[in-house]
Amino acid sequence: MSKKRSDWESRPQARIKKWFFDGYSAFDDEIINQISVKTPDPVNHAVYDAYIDEISANKHERKLMIEKFEDQNVRSWINARGRKVFTRFYVILSFLLACLMIFFLLRTVAEMPRFGSETSPGINEVTARYIEKGLDETGAMNIVAGMILDYRAFDTLGESTVLFIAASAVLILLRIDRNKDGSPVMELIAEESDDRHYEPRNDRILQGAAKVLVPIIFLFGIYIILNGHLSPGGGFSGGAIISAGLILYLDSFGFEKAGRFFTYSTFSWVSFISLSFYALAKTYSFYMGANGMESGIPLGTPGAILSSGLILPLNIAVGMVVACTMYIFYALFRKGGL
Amino acid sequence: MWELLYENLEQTVSVILFGIGLTILLLQRNLIRKIIGLNIMDTSVYLFLASMGYINGRKAPIVVDGIQDVEAYINPIPTGLVLTGIVVAVSFTAIMLALTIRLYRRYRTLDIDAIMLLAKGEDA
Repeated sequence: MSKKRSDWESRPQARIKKWFFDGYSAFDDEIINQISVKTPDPVNHAVYDAYIDEISANKHERKLMIEKFEDQNVRSWINARGRKVFTRFYVILSFLLACLMIFFLLRTVAEMPRFGSETSPGINEVTARYIEKGLDETGAMNIVAGMILDYRAFDTLGESTVLFIAASAVLILLRIDRNKDGSPVMELIAEESDDRHYEPRNDRILQGAAKVLVPIIFLFGIYIILNGHLSPGGGFSGGAIISAGLILYLDSFGFEKAGRFFTYSTFSWVSFISLSFYALAKTYSFYMGANGMESGIPLGTPGAILSSGLILPLNIAVGMVVACTMYIFYALFRKGGL
Repeated sequence: MWELLYENLEQTVSVILFGIGLTILLLQRNLIRKIIGLNIMDTSVYLFLASMGYINGRKAPIVVDGIQDVEAYINPIPTGLVLTGIVVAVSFTAIMLALTIRLYRRYRTLDIDAIMLLAKGEDA
């Protein structure tokens, strides 16, 4: 029985069927079995170079093999032409899929309410409530800030946490551990360990420009954060601007000088304090609101800097998290550490 | 049937951008290009959402002169949704790029098919 089955499996029809249903990767296994590729540790230079040579040799070998079978039988057709045909088929199919998708979505767009119309169903009682009661209930002149940091503050807590988790994940993936003398524990790949990629060149033009620009950028970012409840802006945009200033400083003066005020512990403490302050503040207001108690946080006069209750401190917390996260993204992608 | 396509120009453009991003995602074998395709799709969705919130002749939802009338301001909800989307897009782009760097350090290539082939060879 088993012999019969294996006979059937080796027949051309079955192979075509297998190729058709499993896609073109079904024959990768066979090629792999014939060319056993063993990947050595990429850290070791000599072995790695030999390995690269071996792969390129294998590619040639594979080409030769495909040519060898290119006689009459189905197998050679599958390996040589079938793969190409499948790739072409795949390209055409995905192009058609995209076109079909665009067609149906355009059909939907053609049925949608006119751009800028007042009667579109998206403008409903929720919008009316936010606009009419927003200023009285949250005290924020900027209705969007009142919405994302008061009515939907839980959502924004989630966003800040997502940013923090992303920074942690990138840290785990890209961080290079160093010994006490500064040499990396894992041996770096040659071009990455070249210091010239990330050490400063003491460019006087860049440093002079940075000296003038960095304080102004910081001031602008702080202004955007502190005015988040009065004008366009808020924690996310202001934090991004502050991180831009930090990155400019890092680029012009190098990691050593930037490390005097921004280290891993700065990142973890600032993020921890901001996120826990956010969570505690919103827990307090949710608890008070759910039990029908007065929260005791004054809303202040609309339009003043110190107004709108918790929105200003929450904006500052979000801005801190965003600035730290963006800066650490840049530092990790550039050098793999601070 | 199709008259509104030109009127809804923002939405039309965003739909076409979405299709372009999807095609890049399906057809490119380079991982960095795939990530760029995904980001184009993201951007098209933001454009779509932001254009849905706009109302002709109305102002941005920031209270000026104490006017709290629905007739005076555009819809603030899509703006908040776009903000959420941008933050999530930044996070996942960073994680995907970090993973790509790790894959490149291991296999010295960005071609997804080559990486799959090499990974299979490691298992065998």
